[in-house]
Amino acid sequence: MNSVIRIEKLFKEYETAAGAVPVLKGIDLSISSGEFVAVMGPSGSGKSTFMNILGCLDTPTAGSYILNERDVGTLNADQLAHLRNEVIGFVFQGFNLLPRANLEDNVALPLVYCNVQKAERSKRAHEMLEKVGLAGHASSLPSQISGGQQQRVAIARALVNRPKLILADEPTGNLDTGTSREIMEIFTKLNENEGITVVLVTHEPDIATYAKRLVKFLDGRLIYDGDVAEAHT
Amino acid sequence: MILQMLVEAWRAMGANRLRTFLTMLGMVIGVGAVVMMLAIGQGAQYSVDQSISSMGSNLFIILSGSSTSGGLRMGSGATPTLTVADSQAIAELPEISAVAPAVPGVAQIVYGSNNWSTSVYGTTPAYLTVRNWTIAEGYPFTDSDVRSATRVALIGKTVAQNLFGEEDPVNKTIRIKQSPYLVVGVLGAKGQSLDGRDQDDTILIPVTTAQRKLFGTQFQGTVRFIMAQAASSDRMKVAERDMTDLLRQRHHIQEGAENDFSVRNLTALANTAAQATRVMSIMLGAIASISLLVGGIGIMNIMLVSVTERTREIGIRVAIGARQRDILTQFLMEAIFISISGCTIGVLIGVGGAFLVNRLAEIAVVITVASIVMAFLVAAGVGVFFGYYPARKAARLKPIEALRYQ
Ligand SMILES: Nc1ncnc2c1ncn2[C@@H]1O[C@H](COP(=O)(O)OP(=O)(O)OP(=O)(O)O)[C@@H](O)[C@H]1O
Ligand SMILES: [Mg+2]
Repeated sequence: MNSVIRIEKLFKEYETAAGAVPVLKGIDLSISSGEFVAVMGPSGSGKSTFMNILGCLDTPTAGSYILNERDVGTLNADQLAHLRNEVIGFVFQGFNLLPRANLEDNVALPLVYCNVQKAERSKRAHEMLEKVGLAGHASSLPSQISGGQQQRVAIARALVNRPKLILADEPTGNLDTGTSREIMEIFTKLNENEGITVVLVTHEPDIATYAKRLVKFLDGRLIYDGDVAEAHT
Repeated sequence: MILQMLVEAWRAMGANRLRTFLTMLGMVIGVGAVVMMLAIGQGAQYSVDQSISSMGSNLFIILSGSSTSGGLRMGSGATPTLTVADSQAIAELPEISAVAPAVPGVAQIVYGSNNWSTSVYGTTPAYLTVRNWTIAEGYPFTDSDVRSATRVALIGKTVAQNLFGEEDPVNKTIRIKQSPYLVVGVLGAKGQSLDGRDQDDTILIPVTTAQRKLFGTQFQGTVRFIMAQAASSDRMKVAERDMTDLLRQRHHIQEGAENDFSVRNLTALANTAAQATRVMSIMLGAIASISLLVGGIGIMNIMLVSVTERTREIGIRVAIGARQRDILTQFLMEAIFISISGCTIGVLIGVGGAFLVNRLAEIAVVITVASIVMAFLVAAGVGVFFGYYPARKAARLKPIEALRYQ
């Protein structure tokens, strides 16, 4: 099977004043190309920590993480930057848009770091904004649009460099039910129509049902890995 | 890419105009001060060099009176002991190329309805050689004028302007202390002397005329001082010794007794003055450089604040694929942008200030391209240097820590 993510015995400890706090305690997980995975678990169970490691934003204390057949642990800073830029699209709960840049520039930003020319950047940014239903807002600022629209912009930004993997940490956490559904429709379409692998953290079982596979965290360990439908019966 | 960076830098700075302006101000003042101080320093240097070359080269001045003037003894030049004959004897020394005696005084000069008070020197035609003085119009007076003590005069530029205005002074008759003198020529312009006097505000007449007709003295045939020029700079030492020996012999001074004259090496004195000016201009530059340094530290301060304030932004950029060098370039760009803009304004203000000083204080200023380029490069360097640390700090941030920053 063609796995995008392969994780073995992953550990993560945070160094605090009170000593080392173990947060991830030996995670084994494999995700194949084209899967749509929902990650659930109580607050503090280590979901965000796990996602940040998947997104190459943080490094594990021990264990191996193979992304696209490459051992992430052996890569240097520039190679990691390259992965974040072209292989992974990360969507945050808090959107994380640049407040002073307009929507077009926000969406085009990843392209700046892989030397795409200005005209091409603009073209692709517009395409992406259209895809998430914000075609007319290219020159607005993030503060001028709603939270749901900001999250669409963030998704457009995550997609602009045509990644194979979308990682989303509570993308609907700050949104109402209706808006959450619209966002989830976008992820579903990306997964079904374009075959992009999606890993998504959520607290809401409703949201999780958009996915096909569900993994559950509890206190730094995986306690469930299987079909979404089965989990709720 | 670079263009994009510049746009980003511009946007980031535009977001906080007051802060950007204040940072730039530090740079503006620093560069302005350096450019202005260099201009004034080099101006001073230029004036001194100008005065030195206008003085004449390898010069000695021999004054009447003891060299160790103090206590009850009379000061230099007080009792006239030197004579025209002394000057002629000095001229015979092999290492001396030209000698001129001088009888100075101050007199009221009248031409038509204009009058002007100036210093009058009784001397010989050799004075022009010794002082390296040219004739702008007319002719110098001659040795035969000196022999027969005729009433002829060479006038300086300033005197010519004040008495004659636009008129040609040559062959006109002026009155010095009521007696008529024929103006035979006008001296070439020399400008200021080292001590700041206008060297063109002077009149030269034959020494004999001065002694006998203009300034009657109780010491017949004496002169106040003698100027002598050595044939070359490496013979100054020998010339000084020989002149001293010669004059002691001529004045019948006993072994061990004090000289009744003093020989001073003007060229050495002038070089000391030039040295002092050089030191002064270096110090001006150094003081101004400190303000440039302070400006640089201002940049560093602001950049550090900016890095802290924009930690989240850095986190976002890194999260979507910015490399360390992208972040580094971005912040360096901002630092350079601020320092170059500040620098440009600073150069303009410095040059403007120098011109203002020139106008208002009438101090010579010299602005060279080299000094501007130097100030510019140093400032840009300061910007990069002090921008580098915060920029590197930003680039080294761990993505997750930068993103978590509130
Ligand atoms: N930087 C840190 N330093 C120390 N401890 C941390 C740090 N980040 C997270 N933790 C701890 O690690 C544990 C897991 O945090 P994490 O954010 O991964 O939880 P989560 O499952 O995403 O929770 P939530 O559902 O609330 O988002 C928590 O107990 C938290 O206190
Ligand atoms: Mg979380």
